[in-house]
Amino acid sequence: MSIIENHETVGTPFCSNPKLSARDVGVFYGDKQAIFDVSLDIGSNEVIALIGPSGCGKSTFLRSLNRMNDTIDICRVTGEILLDGENIYDPKVDVVPLRATVGMVFQKPNPFPKSIYDNISYGPRIHGLASSRVDLDEIVERSLQRAGLWTEVKDRLHSPGTGLSGGQQQRLCIARTIAVEPEVILMDEPCSALDPIATAKIEELIDELRENYTIAIVTHSMQQAARVSQRTAYFHLGQLIEVNNTDMVFTTPEHQLTEAYITGRFG
Amino acid sequence: MTYSTLLIAVLIALGGAYLLGRNRARTLSSQGIKMHSLATHYGALVALWTTLPPLLILLLWALLEPRVIDLILTAQLPDSIRAGGEAEIRLALSKVYNLANDSDLMGQQGLLGPVAEHLQALQARVTLLRGGVIMSLLLLGGALTWRRIQPDLRARSEVEGIVRILLFASSAIAVLTTLGILASVLFESILFFQKVPVTEFLFGTSWSPQVALRADQSGSSGSFGAVPLFTGTLLISAIAMAIAVPVGLMAAIYLSEYATPRVRQLAKPALEVLAGIPTVVYGFFAALTVAPVIRGLGESMGLEVSSESALAAGLVMGIMIIPFVSSLSDDVINAVPQSLRDGSYGLGATRSETIRQVVIPAALPGIVGAVMLAVSRAIGETMIVAMAAGLAANLTANPLDSVTTVTVQIVTLLVGDQEFDSPKTLAAFALGLVLFVVTLALNYVALKIVQKYREQYD
Ligand SMILES: Nc1ncnc2c1ncn2[C@@H]1O[C@H](COP(=O)(O)OP(=O)(O)OP(=O)(O)O)[C@@H](O)[C@H]1O
Ligand SMILES: [Mg+2]
Repeated sequence: MSIIENHETVGTPFCSNPKLSARDVGVFYGDKQAIFDVSLDIGSNEVIALIGPSGCGKSTFLRSLNRMNDTIDICRVTGEILLDGENIYDPKVDVVPLRATVGMVFQKPNPFPKSIYDNISYGPRIHGLASSRVDLDEIVERSLQRAGLWTEVKDRLHSPGTGLSGGQQQRLCIARTIAVEPEVILMDEPCSALDPIATAKIEELIDELRENYTIAIVTHSMQQAARVSQRTAYFHLGQLIEVNNTDMVFTTPEHQLTEAYITGRFG
Repeated sequence: MTYSTLLIAVLIALGGAYLLGRNRARTLSSQGIKMHSLATHYGALVALWTTLPPLLILLLWALLEPRVIDLILTAQLPDSIRAGGEAEIRLALSKVYNLANDSDLMGQQGLLGPVAEHLQALQARVTLLRGGVIMSLLLLGGALTWRRIQPDLRARSEVEGIVRILLFASSAIAVLTTLGILASVLFESILFFQKVPVTEFLFGTSWSPQVALRADQSGSSGSFGAVPLFTGTLLISAIAMAIAVPVGLMAAIYLSEYATPRVRQLAKPALEVLAGIPTVVYGFFAALTVAPVIRGLGESMGLEVSSESALAAGLVMGIMIIPFVSSLSDDVINAVPQSLRDGSYGLGATRSETIRQVVIPAALPGIVGAVMLAVSRAIGETMIVAMAAGLAANLTANPLDSVTTVTVQIVTLLVGDQEFDSPKTLAAFALGLVLFVVTLALNYVALKIVQKYREQYD
């Protein structure tokens, strides 16, 4: 399969109240192009699922939304990505506050080798969000509570975060992200290393977080996309094929590639 | 046959036996017989049984032969010599060996002439016997094992068993050697402590190990308070670590976190070249270049600097240790998973925040290990100190004074003609024991620290 010439994304890639808008985004690793002309809006307080076969560029696109790709030397991004109307790739933009606003949760839980408390307080401390110890305690408690982890860890805040179970670690990482008060949370297959029960907890959590945050989630599980997201974007070989309301994508997909993927003909 | 021809024969037998065994197994399996193991296993089995027993016997032979011959010869020495005691017998025996091995001397027959002739005959016979024994062992082992090659011979498990024993023997040799060295150091130290009390050695503050060699010589009776050596070692090591740890660590951080791949490719080998410079070269660099500069600088500031200063030696030693610290730390920093860095960047941390608060803490056990290793290297370093810090056992904390260290004193105590039971010589073993214990303790502590972190963070 090769990329489709002159492809126009089908469905509804744009929306009325976008939080993030990608316009003609291309991403290159050295000479190799991984993302082709992607234009997509992510609306405020919506959960959008990014799906597609392995290697189609979901992570690459997600990482370009908070400039995590900057940490890869050979990676280059073209086009525009607007956060609240401002281009985040503008040379004047500082990535430090950007990444605090657009937080990221990774595929494998990656708690720091520090205590649970220090894992959460790390972000607020480096951004100077707490003026006192009491403040910090409060942020830690609130973040853990929102991530649904507080009751499980409140008696062991000072034991290492790496000592938690996989599911707990992932919720710790979500709490860590929430603690810096982001507006957007990017999640790259946050449940792929977790068992069904831990996954259910995280999905529940994502649903609650929607009230306050805009969320983009990459997932390989179509059930998960169906459960947590309002809109779904289907990527194929670096191109954005189709964006539609989630139920529509899974019941009556417009594009034949989308249909082939969700009916399991490849992927 | 001489030992070298025998060894070559064994080597040839090794290859031959392998091929023979393998081919026999191949022939069998090509006849449609299902063999238990691969043909190569049968080959290896024959090769091992052919060569190992002769090698073992050869080793024992080499150890025992001289002793047995000595015994035989001693019995044949004239009574007058045997009555003279141990020393005289040894002297006579070495004369006999000289006579027997040097055809020019054989002419000048004397009292020992017959014995030497006997020795020659004996040596010829022993060599022949040795060759015969080894060759027949080779043939016997090979033939017996070759005949054992049958479809149900479990060659693989047998080979693996033998290999395991070989591996065990190798590690046993390493451990036993260490124990042997330790035992001899301990033994000599105990002799020393019978002459000089332990407390004087460990807590005495005056070190002048000169003792009279002969009774009629005038000389000091010697005093063996090693505290000045300990403080000297500490002072120099501290100066060295004060240089090596920060510089090495920062170099490692630069190389692993900031440098572009190109810079890294150039800088890392360049830094490692520092580790390849012989310590003598560092030594004269310290003594001839650094020490005069320090002296000049100090004097221009009105300080009194001795021409051989702890500072010069410590500085240069620190430079020598930098690649040690940096190369080991670089490895552990690189081993910190990228996902941790991503996690930190994803929260909006800057590069330096990520390094200070995430990467370094995660790499800390390895860094501590590297530093500990560097410390034991500094304590054990001899050449630089001998050349640049002097021999004067001053009890001082002033880095501009000349001091001496444990290792340098060990060298000076043992250089030259020595009586092996004088306190002066034995003191070297006591110092060696102290070095050994300290290094062991350092390594133990480093291991404990590393383990503690592992438990906490893995
Ligand atoms: N650091 C990198 N350097 C070079 N090429 C890369 C890099 N990361 C990703 N790529 C390439 O970019 C393309 C998209 O990769 P990406 O990781 O975004 O896929 P993905 O959709 O997230 O796949 P998966 O579902 O397996 O995670 C792939 O062809 C991949 O080989
Ligand atoms: Mg991915």
